Amino acid sequence: MSGSQEKEKFNNKTIQWINDRMPIFSMLNNEYGKFPMPKNCNYFWNFGAIAMVMLVIMIVTGVFMAMNYVPSTAGAFASIQHTTREVNYGWLLRYMHMNGASFFFIAVYIHLFRGLYYGSYKKPRELVWIFGVVLLLLMMATAFLGYTLPWSQMSGWGATVITSLFSAIPLIGGGIVTWLWGGFSVGQPTLNRFYAFHFLLPFIICAAVFVHVWALHVSKSNNPAGVEPKSEKDTVPFHPYYTAKDSFGTAVFMIVYFAVVFFAPLILANPDHWKPFNSLQTPPEIVPEWYFLPFYAMLRSFTVGIKVAGVTLLTAKQQGVLAMFGSILILFFVPWLDKSPVKSARYRPVFKWALRLLVLNMVMLTYAGALPAAGKALVMGRIGAAYYYFFFLVLLPYLGKREKTLPLPESISADYAAHHGGGAMKKALIPAALALGLALAPHAARAADTPPLPNLHWPEQGIFGHYDMAAVQRGFQVYKEVCSNCHSMKYIYYRNLESIGYTKEQVKTLAATYQITDGPDENGQMFQRPGRPTDHFKSPFPNPETARAALNGALPPDMSNLVNAREGGPNYIYAILTGYVPAPKDFHVMDGHMYNEYFPGHQIAMPQPLVAGQVQFQDGTPNTLDNEARSVAQFLDWASNPHMEQRKRLGIKVILFMIAFAGILLATKRKVWSDVT
Amino acid sequence: MDQAVKKGATRRDFLYLTAGAMGVVGAGSAAWPLIDSMNPAADTLAAGSTEVDLSKVEVGSALTAVWRGSPLFIRHRTPEEIKSVRDMDWKSLRDPQKDEDRTLKAEWIIIKGVCTHLGCIPLGQKAGDPRGEFNGWFCPCHGSQYDVSGRIRKGPAPLNMFVPPYKFISDTVVHVGSGHDFPNPGF
Repeated sequence: MSGSQEKEKFNNKTIQWINDRMPIFSMLNNEYGKFPMPKNCNYFWNFGAIAMVMLVIMIVTGVFMAMNYVPSTAGAFASIQHTTREVNYGWLLRYMHMNGASFFFIAVYIHLFRGLYYGSYKKPRELVWIFGVVLLLLMMATAFLGYTLPWSQMSGWGATVITSLFSAIPLIGGGIVTWLWGGFSVGQPTLNRFYAFHFLLPFIICAAVFVHVWALHVSKSNNPAGVEPKSEKDTVPFHPYYTAKDSFGTAVFMIVYFAVVFFAPLILANPDHWKPFNSLQTPPEIVPEWYFLPFYAMLRSFTVGIKVAGVTLLTAKQQGVLAMFGSILILFFVPWLDKSPVKSARYRPVFKWALRLLVLNMVMLTYAGALPAAGKALVMGRIGAAYYYFFFLVLLPYLGKREKTLPLPESISADYAAHHGGGAMKKALIPAALALGLALAPHAARAADTPPLPNLHWPEQGIFGHYDMAAVQRGFQVYKEVCSNCHSMKYIYYRNLESIGYTKEQVKTLAATYQITDGPDENGQMFQRPGRPTDHFKSPFPNPETARAALNGALPPDMSNLVNAREGGPNYIYAILTGYVPAPKDFHVMDGHMYNEYFPGHQIAMPQPLVAGQVQFQDGTPNTLDNEARSVAQFLDWASNPHMEQRKRLGIKVILFMIAFAGILLATKRKVWSDVT
Repeated sequence: MDQAVKKGATRRDFLYLTAGAMGVVGAGSAAWPLIDSMNPAADTLAAGSTEVDLSKVEVGSALTAVWRGSPLFIRHRTPEEIKSVRDMDWKSLRDPQKDEDRTLKAEWIIIKGVCTHLGCIPLGQKAGDPRGEFNGWFCPCHGSQYDVSGRIRKGPAPLNMFVPPYKFISDTVVHVGSGHDFPNPGF
């Protein structure tokens, strides 16, 4: 950044020696030590630092994820399963990375809102803003690419849909899509190149962050008053004032992030992410991650082509794609769309409310984007898209010229005196809560034509919940005697049963009762041998085709991830198992199907699998249907989340540590700031 | 110095130190899951036993199986070979070990076929391979020579080749990966 000419003196000789040859310590001191910061910056100014921390977390966890990842269509899903189940702390790497993307976006969206609200894009900071928008685009690309790598239903179909956006380009669109895919559909070449780009882009993001910060350090930080510093009294050195404040803010953000990672790691994820990609069947609802939903809602809002004299100028598809990409690209022009001489929304009474309305508009679009694309979702999408463009193309230029602004404070010091200690932290919590609400909106939007699921109490629920191992063992018995006749559990090893309370000997004996195909032997022949604890659960059918042939064309899903792969988790499992009721009179059930209250569409190919008295529990528990269904749901919950107890135990420690750390950092921050007046 | 100022400075130092220490502890603890994730995964640790049928290995010939990703050298030794490794002054060897401590049955030597110098695979399993001066194995990388007990006799390698835990589950089938644990000093 701008190196100063005068030689600095350091007490440490080694530092002095290095600095004389390469003034890296002078630079650090200039940019992060004595760098002048307006003293009135509120907690909104934390989110740049927080985004930086998230970037580091994403790169570190990502590199270690990559060490266990196999970028092949045959192996990707299994390698993620292996990472989560078998690699030491693999579940932690995955959940930190997966949720880290969401929290990175939460931080960046608040950061972006801060920039809009306080006019941080205005002269002389236009380049800071532009590099910021470049960063946003890079982040979106990286997030999308990463989403495809687990090769789940959502991965494969997300990749298909997003790449197909380019087919809207006239004439060459189809060719571009084939080029992106490296084939005629999303497949091995696509996955391989997406992996390469997903690994590459974060380092380009690092470079872009460097430029973004460089530009910022030339023009210096904006502040809530939007007036530039006039004297030294208006600023404080970055260290220790803002290092202390940023550290505290980051610690608080981390508490929320870790709470999700350790106690609700799947809350932001779509259940279809736990089903392997099937290139012949799209999931009933295809929804992107929450942070793309507003833009996705705009994409879907256009359903009528524009025709002039019978010639189609823009198809509905082209309009949607333009609206979506345009909604990001328009941000590049904000410094020139808004010509108001006043930076901060605090002194722009109309702009302030127009912008707050834009935030609500984004929440509405998020909600709309998560709904199935029909009816009210389309209406909300259209209203949302209309206001979005109205805000940027009409309101910004108009208000820039006509708005009657309030008098600006005389100086930053005057503003600090007026606002000191005044609930700035509470204000920063509002958008933070809003962003989290935004992230959770998709849950609210997922509706079904089935009655609400029973809300049973599960012993594994809650922060201190743990598996009832007796019930899990009963559930395994149900699986073994009933479910395993049709359903595989191919990611579970027999030895994994040791963690639900079976002894090594019991597991060995159990495994040996199965005949496993192994080979080839020295004659090139496959052979059968008794199972070992290190074998995966034997699948009832050697391949999906055999299963379909035997089961009337239906393919029973693998049960390793079933609880995670269904909205409602164990409640859904219980509901399906107990949901076989006589069909209503006017309901026509197709041949080979049964009526089930809770199954989407009510027609299920699986005959009622459990009835009262079906399983003789070894521990003498009464074999009611309720007990059978409950215990198998608990077993499947364990199978989907084998590290849940370890995760919660570690989570409690991490959260307690972070709370204590945040407390110390708050005290430090207060102490540091106590001499600022 | 004013008492109040002094007190404030002490308090600030205390807070700085505590915050710094907690930051270091936090970062250090965060590093452990990353490091541990590079250790063998649970399934890798659990796997690692193999069963080998020895019925077709004639006296004087060898069989190479695979155990934990490395070759497993199995040699059906002749009476002369057994004599050559047992009737000798084993105490003067570089890695002194009795042949009896490296075998369960005198006619079978079973070792992990990895040179203890720098990890190459020694020759000597196939007919026509050089077996070195001691009729055992010869490592082509840096010239280490092993006897028919897999003990280092000449060349740069420091240790005898590793004897994995194994047991005979019948006269002709050996289970490698668990069973009798051999001493293997140095490993």
